[in-house]
Amino acid sequence: MGRQLLLDNLDKPGINTLNGYQETGGYESLRKALQMKPEDIVAEVQKSGLRGRGGAGFPTGMKWSFLAKPPGEPRYLICNADESEPGTFKDRYLMQRKPHILIEGMIISSFALGANTSFIYIRGEMMYVYHILQKAIDEAYAAGYLGKNILGSGFDLDLHVHCGAGAYICGEETALLESLEGKRGNPRIKPPFPAVKGLWGCPTVVNNVETIAAVVPIIRITGEEYAKIGIGKSTGTKLISASGHINKPGVYEIELGVPVEEFIYSEQYCGGIRNGKKLKAVVAGGSSVPVLPAELILKTANGEPRLMTYESLAEGGFATGTMLGSGGFIVMDEDTSVVKNVWNFSRFYHHESCGQCSPCREGTGWMYKILSRLLDGKGETKDIDLLWDIQRKIEGKTICPFGDAAAWPVAAAIRHFRSEFEQYIKNGKSDVKHYYRINNLQEI
Amino acid sequence: MATNKEIKFSDDALALIEKIIKRYPEGKHKSAILPILHIAQAEFDGWLSPEVMDYVASVLKIQPIEVYEVATFYTMFNLKPVGKCLIEVCHTGPCWLMGAEDVVRYIEKKLGIKNGETTADGMFTLKTVECLASCGTAPMMQIGETYHENLTLEKVDTILEEHRNAGVRRTHWEKEKIKS
Repeated sequence: MGRQLLLDNLDKPGINTLNGYQETGGYESLRKALQMKPEDIVAEVQKSGLRGRGGAGFPTGMKWSFLAKPPGEPRYLICNADESEPGTFKDRYLMQRKPHILIEGMIISSFALGANTSFIYIRGEMMYVYHILQKAIDEAYAAGYLGKNILGSGFDLDLHVHCGAGAYICGEETALLESLEGKRGNPRIKPPFPAVKGLWGCPTVVNNVETIAAVVPIIRITGEEYAKIGIGKSTGTKLISASGHINKPGVYEIELGVPVEEFIYSEQYCGGIRNGKKLKAVVAGGSSVPVLPAELILKTANGEPRLMTYESLAEGGFATGTMLGSGGFIVMDEDTSVVKNVWNFSRFYHHESCGQCSPCREGTGWMYKILSRLLDGKGETKDIDLLWDIQRKIEGKTICPFGDAAAWPVAAAIRHFRSEFEQYIKNGKSDVKHYYRINNLQEI
Repeated sequence: MATNKEIKFSDDALALIEKIIKRYPEGKHKSAILPILHIAQAEFDGWLSPEVMDYVASVLKIQPIEVYEVATFYTMFNLKPVGKCLIEVCHTGPCWLMGAEDVVRYIEKKLGIKNGETTADGMFTLKTVECLASCGTAPMMQIGETYHENLTLEKVDTILEEHRNAGVRRTHWEKEKIKS
């Protein structure tokens, strides 16, 4: 196991409380940060090479440096805790087990950005985590880490948790801002970017939970030390949510650069494919990224071992590669139908499309309908081309990246598993098992 | 349902709502709409009737249409009455690979209802939902604020039995947590 910067001390009793967290050095980074100049904290984060952990992988320090600072106007930091990308559950895990690391990260980051009011936008379904965070915030206020003149620094911060109400699209940062303003979660046209006009028209930074939590160890060990972990532009550690047909599903903190093969088969991570089955395919970064067959996820098209980094997973472009995305690592064994899997994802995207842009609103429904027809044994060969055509006409033609996220899984399934689509068309529904069972369950 | 009763938040709920509204800058109180609608569901039988939405609009001093357009966008708001115990089974990607359909079929058979329906005694409503970020502990379902993970059919039996015996309404923002 590599260095644990976020999940360390997780088994210590009381780590979810202020006292327990402080006993492991919690809030020491805050004390250090408050002695620094805000711009030096930004510089430290830039040096660390930290990239957005929500999925896009945009350099965090650069995002922070874009924040406009018009005099007299408030600035806001928003934590995106609307974790909804299928296959991703790391943020919920971290917030539930170690809420204070997020609170500490929020205070340091707010100080660095000059924000005096900050919000954590958590998805409504995780209401029990909302209460955990609220309790942690109350503890932090009582300890003088929040409120007026924090630890005598002269810096004031109010931190609030805000709950959503069930909408995947609110994980998109401008939809999140709309939602936080009390409206439907329809993404905004960019520019202006939130760094210039964000929450209530004021300059705003929106960062993922894991990104903000990572600021705490970066301040502790310095950006330079953090950047020594990992490979190239993939620095530091990353939380990977591992799910599907593996022996040990769960959240793992990896040093970026672990070989994919080691991650899947090693005992310290996924522990191999369950029931002694063979690996068929992996969706490596949450449902939106292209699915790859076993041979391409383990090795690149050039025969190099594929590594858990932003660059290695993307090697070969979409022709033979994928993306690290949110780190939602979904593993499928040899019995899995990729067509059914993409049908399931297409139902998700159809349900979650906000309806603002026609290509996405209509296209996601069409793809779901065609895939349903295929699974029903009523597909025709031309349906595969039709699916391809529809996804092409969604990709890049919408206000927000949701359209791409809906298109890519369909494109990748056809690209790598075309013969499976053809099999459904040829043999009809009788050819495949009707649905997936709870492990080893025979009869209901 | 709520039509014959006077629609009015409890004192505890009003105190909490006042606290929530203060989180947002002056004039930006509309931001409080999502938390308040969650509290409204907890207070008024687990769903948002047009009357309840109108009442929320009056509490927030905004137009009813502003509440309707929000309430109809977010899936956690029930626009029709639901049973005391709303069973939400995740059926997306990883959960589905791990047998979510077994869970849905089993509950349908056990309760004699289809997905989306409510039992005749008003106790249970079954609903499939999209990814709840619990993929490593699949299959799973949510009832009220609680995530029930690593489900087996035996576990489903136990959970539903407990709810039937308790007979208490469960909502996403649990009523007892309003008073705090």
